Amino acid sequence: MSQITSTPSRSSTSVLIAVQVIVRYLFIFLIALVLFGMILVIAGKNPLAAISDTLSFTLGSTFGFSEVIVKMIPLVFTAIAVALPSRVVLINVGAEGQLYMGAWLAAWGALTFTSLPAWALLPLMALLGMIGGSLWALIPAFLRARGLVNETITTLLMNYVAPSIVTFFIYGPWRSRGDALFPQTADFVPAARLPAFFGTRVHFGLILALILLVLYWFIMKYTRWGLEMRAIGGNPQAARRNGIPLTTYIIVIMCLGGAFAGLAGMSEISGIHGRLRPGFSPGFGYMGFLISWLSGGNPIGILIMSFVAALISAGADILQINQGLPYAVVNLLLAITLFVVLAHPTFLKGKKA
Amino acid sequence: MSLLSILGVISSAIFSGTSLLYTTWGEILDERAGIVNLGLEGVLLVSASTGFAVAARSGNPYIGVLAAMLAGGLMNLLFGFMVITRRANQLASGLALMFFGFGLSALIGKPYTGTMIKGMPRFIFPGLAGIPALSTSQFKFDVLIYLAVPITILIWWLLFRTRWGLSLRAVGENANTAFAAGYNPRLIQYQTLFVCGLLTGLGAAHLSIAWTMTWAEYMTAGRGFIAVALVIFSKWHPVRAIAGALLFGGAVAFQLLLQAMGIAISPFLLDTIPYILTLLVLIAWGGTRRHAAPASLGRVYQGSE
Repeated sequence: MSQITSTPSRSSTSVLIAVQVIVRYLFIFLIALVLFGMILVIAGKNPLAAISDTLSFTLGSTFGFSEVIVKMIPLVFTAIAVALPSRVVLINVGAEGQLYMGAWLAAWGALTFTSLPAWALLPLMALLGMIGGSLWALIPAFLRARGLVNETITTLLMNYVAPSIVTFFIYGPWRSRGDALFPQTADFVPAARLPAFFGTRVHFGLILALILLVLYWFIMKYTRWGLEMRAIGGNPQAARRNGIPLTTYIIVIMCLGGAFAGLAGMSEISGIHGRLRPGFSPGFGYMGFLISWLSGGNPIGILIMSFVAALISAGADILQINQGLPYAVVNLLLAITLFVVLAHPTFLKGKKA
Repeated sequence: MSLLSILGVISSAIFSGTSLLYTTWGEILDERAGIVNLGLEGVLLVSASTGFAVAARSGNPYIGVLAAMLAGGLMNLLFGFMVITRRANQLASGLALMFFGFGLSALIGKPYTGTMIKGMPRFIFPGLAGIPALSTSQFKFDVLIYLAVPITILIWWLLFRTRWGLSLRAVGENANTAFAAGYNPRLIQYQTLFVCGLLTGLGAAHLSIAWTMTWAEYMTAGRGFIAVALVIFSKWHPVRAIAGALLFGGAVAFQLLLQAMGIAISPFLLDTIPYILTLLVLIAWGGTRRHAAPASLGRVYQGSE
């Protein structure tokens, strides 16, 4: 993972590093795109048409571009939800489940406190979303901290439980009486909706996500917590012997990750759907995992890769219609990119210090 | 509860547990050779879709099974290239393989969504056909289920009674020592991954071709991960894996039984039973069985150059 995070060499300026990072990402992505194109050719599809369709939809129109930004919002949240625990060598593959539980608790808030004004209801929903996600992450965190079970497998398994719980509530206690065809909760009151901008679906969640990203960068770089987390990431045993509370960090960081994934769920249902629907996330949690690994936890990398993943995801919607490709090909392209990064071919190593 | 319904529960436990049994065996071999393969979920999906597509095209389920096995082997060789040749992180590469499988299987299976195939013939085990309770019930199984019995013995024999099995376990305990003893750790790990892929392919073939006889996106529903959990439960032993697979299969059967009995529990909550059971199994045995794990599990063999 550390292969693509740029380590500053003595002489180069920060601008040069940024350029290097971007060039490296472009190069990785180009290789992945070629490999992906080869698979499409084997599958009997036209890769050039697929790429040009994607680009003309996403970057060729204001609406398409706004849709990319809309998809980027939950991805930034879930990528941080994975990146933060990965700083202390925790592998959180459970962002998908945490996102659902966050949305679930936030929806409860929206359906219960209907008379609250927006300035009180929205922060309350955000808080509930974070609580929902972090409680879901607390289980694997606790098991890991006690040395019982590795968090990778528990977070993965719990991803299969959370959506079922949400679906149960939508089909059961929370089902809207109005429409029988599509089970969903009642519409949220207007006060429970995050405001959107410029007549698009881009909502306030974008600002939250960007603030969170800056906060993540700042904490990792300039605070004692960031320093201690880097120490744990470097050598957990040495960190523990130096008096860093390892167990506390494992639990708190994992729960914080869960909280951010929960925030992704809250911002989706409040900003986009306005109600809780079964299966409302097309794998945002999983994509967040890929983005986090692709970016090596680097904040600029998260921003770039979230945008790229959102672009691919928005493109996949179009490819579903134009080319008859299943939406899941998003995973294929991102997985190939991750393969390229993990295999770290020699020509990508560049000027690694 | 009548005898017939008890037999029905056992029967559906066996049907849902078989794919898991093959997958667990595959993961046991991998981990015995020192490799954690979290990508089996993706391998299962690609094998299930490939096998189903070939079975639907050719009209012959057995060719479908072979295709599924081959697809599984190839997927694991890709994983091997990542973790053995390129020495990439095993957990991350496994998860990348999983996502790769999500996408690739959807692409392969897309034209076959909703297609039904004939599947494989189910028959009562020849010697047991005389028992009336069995012949009237659902106690008819396909050949992949019966095959599990000789394969259990085969894997046990391979792992504990052959030179290859010894070298495999040696690599899993300490690859450098195995190298010093004259083995080639990389070659053995590649071979193990390929065999694991074949086994996982068999499991996937049972799921899509023999049992459900359909293809649906994400149809494996986490079986690849449950297998990883069951490896711990079975203490890395192929014979104990049977108990684990039946436990999970039993959870699925129990869930179906409750639904059939009309008990007023939402099917969405019943769906969570196998996962919660797996989690509980992990919590109960995860900590205590750590010492049974191969010593250099998850460690990347750096080679001796």
